[in-house]
Amino acid sequence: MPNINDILILLPELYLVVAACLLLLLDAFMKPEQRPMLHWLSVAVLLVAIYLVIAGQPPQAVTAFNGMFVRDGVAEVLKVFALLTTALVFIYAKPYLVDRKLFLGEFYTLTIFAVIGIMLLVSAGNLLTVYLGLELLTLSSYALVALNRDSRLSSEAAIKYFVLGALASGMLLYGMSMVYGATGTLSLANLHGAALHTGMPQLLIFGLIFMVVGIGFKLGAAPFHMWIPDVYQGSPTAVTIFIGSAPKLAAFGMAYRLLASGLGDLSQHWQLMLAVLAVLSLAIGNLVAIVQSNLKRLLAYSTISHMGYLLLGLVNAGPEGYAAALFYAISYALMSTAAFGVILALARAGFECEEIDDLKGLNQRSPWAAFLMMLVMFSLAGVPPLFGFFAKLLVLQAAIHAGMMWLAIVGAVFAIVGLYYYLRVVKVMYFDKPVEGTEIRLQSDASVRVVLSLNVLALLVLGFGWGPLFGWCQRVFVG
Amino acid sequence: MIDPSVFQLICFYAFSAVTIGAALGVISLRNTVHAVLALVLTFFSTACIWLLAEAEFLAIALIVVYVGAVMVLFLFVVMMLDIKQEHIREGFIKYLPVGIIVALIMLGEMLAMIGVRAMHAQVMGANPATVAGMSNTEWLGTALYTQFLLPFEIAALILTVGVVAAVVLTLRQRTGVRHQAASQQVLVNPRDRIRVVKMAAEVPAAPQPAPGKESTP
Repeated sequence: MPNINDILILLPELYLVVAACLLLLLDAFMKPEQRPMLHWLSVAVLLVAIYLVIAGQPPQAVTAFNGMFVRDGVAEVLKVFALLTTALVFIYAKPYLVDRKLFLGEFYTLTIFAVIGIMLLVSAGNLLTVYLGLELLTLSSYALVALNRDSRLSSEAAIKYFVLGALASGMLLYGMSMVYGATGTLSLANLHGAALHTGMPQLLIFGLIFMVVGIGFKLGAAPFHMWIPDVYQGSPTAVTIFIGSAPKLAAFGMAYRLLASGLGDLSQHWQLMLAVLAVLSLAIGNLVAIVQSNLKRLLAYSTISHMGYLLLGLVNAGPEGYAAALFYAISYALMSTAAFGVILALARAGFECEEIDDLKGLNQRSPWAAFLMMLVMFSLAGVPPLFGFFAKLLVLQAAIHAGMMWLAIVGAVFAIVGLYYYLRVVKVMYFDKPVEGTEIRLQSDASVRVVLSLNVLALLVLGFGWGPLFGWCQRVFVG
Repeated sequence: MIDPSVFQLICFYAFSAVTIGAALGVISLRNTVHAVLALVLTFFSTACIWLLAEAEFLAIALIVVYVGAVMVLFLFVVMMLDIKQEHIREGFIKYLPVGIIVALIMLGEMLAMIGVRAMHAQVMGANPATVAGMSNTEWLGTALYTQFLLPFEIAALILTVGVVAAVVLTLRQRTGVRHQAASQQVLVNPRDRIRVVKMAAEVPAAPQPAPGKESTP
């Protein structure tokens, strides 16, 4: 029977569920002009949740509800950064939503439900919790993508996302059922011991392949990346920024739970599968991004290549690799939030700022926005003093230590290829002449400007002082 | 006489074959009514497989909820899409053969299930309900509210998200639509509705009949 201890372990999640339901009720009884209060309340709810996650963190990993839920260091790090990036998303998204008459209370409620899904997913101790957490996250995401009902592009993206997402969930579930058939257990902790002593190793490997497909889809790794460009481009930018940030942390958490906590004994099998996914993602992501003219599509292909780097860390299959991949996921979530944040801050009613050409001569019109965008692009490309460089360095190092020198070389080569299209954006901003008639400047909302500047400058500061954060990532995998 | 466990195995493979065949039919048949009928068959065969595994409650729930309610609703919707009356009647006869085939396969499956039960075949592995000495439904309820409480609650959250998403994606607040405001109707005061006006009686002027013209009231 569940007792009070179980509930205390689950406190941050339960608090968020209650808060989300209260926000939903509050929104129903609120006048539209009072909605800015709901916005700040949602941000406060997320910040309190971060406090609850950190303050209630037990010294050792604990489980609740018959091992369904695990609260350990990995879950803590992922939850803190998922909540933080979501709070940033709320702040950046507000002016955009107001301009497009999408400033609905449901945007906040659905996003918070998605975050609850992320938190349950990264804390899963059982295949059932993995699946249900993932469904909670993705179902909320489908609805968010379709939020702009009158846009055909948005509806098309939502349908595509829904159909492909359902297919991937089916694959994952099929893989889980085969793993259950081979081992007779759904608990990830028991799976760890049972995987070696199964009488049906073929069935287990078969299940593993389907699970890797599901993970590849959720990460957006090639060849399961088809949905990413369309969904990124089609959804309102305020939703793209969410889909491009916190769920990537969740996808890393899911991969870690399923492959390392659950099927860690089969690592020699999944290492090679992940290596293939990594190489394909690096190649497709970086090469196709070169020809993009739409900024959101460019960032979508950049996501695919970044997921390739994240996989380089996972390929290591040891504490060093997991720490590097976790660090990479955090750095990517912060960089992606900043990149889409700049796009959101430059957009205004009737102007999306989606095309790379829209940024022409940005330096002459808004030097600060151009400077922020340049820092983000350099960080995404992995230019030395910035955060992104050290994240890339660590995953490449992890791949070399796993004995896959060739993989690290492929990663380094594609980092140079990637530099081209990130620098193209910088070139357009600094050296091209502005197109007449396109007024462009940063949002006048003070909170957006301050928080966005802090977010981007954090990339610079973390570039110099990445030690403590990486130390935190390393510690959680040692104990 | 055939060995009970062999007969059970044959039934399992037969049900599985029907399930997979019908499921393929759902996605490949061009006629939507046929596809829905194939889906009915898929659910029914799945329920039979669950019965073989002695998961009686799940099997019955699948038939009552999905085959009995959801699928019938689907059929209504699919058939209603063709609005013209005579088309519906034509369709009824047209769909009868496929309906009869589906019904016959279902009957065959039911008879096979009765055969399995009559032979008292062994179940496919240890049934936790029998081990615990409970009925299937009782065991399921106990497990759901103790061991699987967290997944059960997460499923409830997913349903909540479904409701919120359905509302946000379909509710449109149009302007210019007239609708009842019940609160205002209740609050209305009779005195606001009828105004009794006192005035002196008017004496009509002497009638002057005009041919072909009517006086306005």
